[in-house]
Amino acid sequence: MINGEKIKINHLNLYIGKEHILKDINLVIPENQLTVILGPSGCGKTTLLKSLNRLTDLNPDVKITGNIFNGNEDILHPKIEITQLRKKMGLLSQSPYPLPMSIYDNITYGLKISGRRRKKFLIRRVENYLRQVSLWEEVKDRLKDPASALSIGQQQRLCLARGLAVDPEIILADEPTSALDPVSSKDIEEMFLKLKQRYTIVVVTHILRQARRIADYVIFMYLGKVIEHGPAKQIFEHPQHEMTKAYLKGAYN
Amino acid sequence: MIKKMFQKAKEYLNRFLMFFSTLIIVVVLLMIIISILYKGLPSLSWEMISQIPQGGYYFGKEGGILNAIIGSLYLALGSTILGLCFSLPLALYINIHRAKNSRLVNFIRFLLDLLWGIPSIVYGAFGFSVMIYFGVRTSLLAGIITVTLFIIPIMVRSMDEVLKTVPKGLLESALSLGSTRSETAYKVVCRQSIPGIVTAILLAFGRAIGDAAAVLFTAGYTDYIPTALNQPVATLPLSIFFQLSSPIPEVQNRAYAAAVILTVIILIISVSSRIVSSKFKQKKIR
Repeated sequence: MINGEKIKINHLNLYIGKEHILKDINLVIPENQLTVILGPSGCGKTTLLKSLNRLTDLNPDVKITGNIFNGNEDILHPKIEITQLRKKMGLLSQSPYPLPMSIYDNITYGLKISGRRRKKFLIRRVENYLRQVSLWEEVKDRLKDPASALSIGQQQRLCLARGLAVDPEIILADEPTSALDPVSSKDIEEMFLKLKQRYTIVVVTHILRQARRIADYVIFMYLGKVIEHGPAKQIFEHPQHEMTKAYLKGAYN
Repeated sequence: MIKKMFQKAKEYLNRFLMFFSTLIIVVVLLMIIISILYKGLPSLSWEMISQIPQGGYYFGKEGGILNAIIGSLYLALGSTILGLCFSLPLALYINIHRAKNSRLVNFIRFLLDLLWGIPSIVYGAFGFSVMIYFGVRTSLLAGIITVTLFIIPIMVRSMDEVLKTVPKGLLESALSLGSTRSETAYKVVCRQSIPGIVTAILLAFGRAIGDAAAVLFTAGYTDYIPTALNQPVATLPLSIFFQLSSPIPEVQNRAYAAAVILTVIILIISVSSRIVSSKFKQKKIR
């Protein structure tokens, strides 16, 4: 596996109003690996994740300085085509938010807004992506049912499939298993391990055991700062920083 | 011991007061409905709802009030549709495009609340002064525009309250799929909020059809059914008002019959709004 650099973050500072949320973040997120952003609640993990696809724009009080590069593309540049940027990054949120439409329409939504309307093409895509998240067998007879009729675990897999359908390069996941039961959580984790062959995945979590199970690369954050980052093996077995050591022992949980 | 008795007495007193308030309201409402039915039902006939007045609305005992029924429906339908064309985009704009709780949005909300509180006669007077300026006579169009102004605050604010409840995560999910804010607004947020939007529309329709003051100067009154937008139009509330002020008892009773018809129309609206919103609720995401 090639360990190229996918995302590069230079001197990123983020303020909400007068509050300094992210403090001088410098990071590299490796390509085709599963990066876990680890840290206690309220340390800015989610904010960091959302600044990657500029969902932070939704809050007008947010001010950002610094740079985030996806390859050569400057993500924070004000003139960047924001819908194109977001299409490259699928988002999986804390609890699943299927769109208020049918299962079929959920998958095709992203395709339709980018102008793909041929029915044959759409049907093939729907089957393909539902198979990838092993949902096809469960829903193939009721594609026209509202997505809200699915169980929470199924909804989260549907959201993953919906994100994959727009053909992203990166998958951003914000505590994707926190609303799910243990079995569904395991499904999602296994899917991530499969998907990282083709996608760069960034997962935010505060569950240490989950991080140990899935991470290739770990970023440990505390109070808006990156304390330590590096390959999972190094962080978990030989943490350098005192705070990381304490966290890994469970001091902040 | 005494403390406990005191507490118990207080509880009884409170419960009695609550029950008494409820009772008064229910009794008054029932009395209104019964008195309308008592006086109106004898005059209510097929003729009333199928014919226009014979011999003038003020003195005529013959014919019906079809002019006012059709007129009210034209007016309410026209202003609801026109109002919707402005209200939905405005409500979406302040919720999706403008950040929540920004100063401008708060100012717009404050303004709308203020406009909601202004009595409809003021809208009527405003419409009338504009009509004089442009030299327009009382007409269906002038009535529709005035009533539209009057119901827009109602529509926007009730849609606004519904749109506020759309989960942020749903917005973020839709945006992450590469849709623009407007696509998100119309394709996702609207769909999610359909029950509330329908309720807002029907609420505004109810206000439009029941209002007398805004149309008094602007829509005028006539015995005939208008065939064009520049003709004056009769409305049910005004037909009640004019017939009730007639010296002839038979004509006065016809006013109550008109009131029954208006009440039934409003009843149909509120029942259908409940049916529609409960039907769409099942598709909603939480």
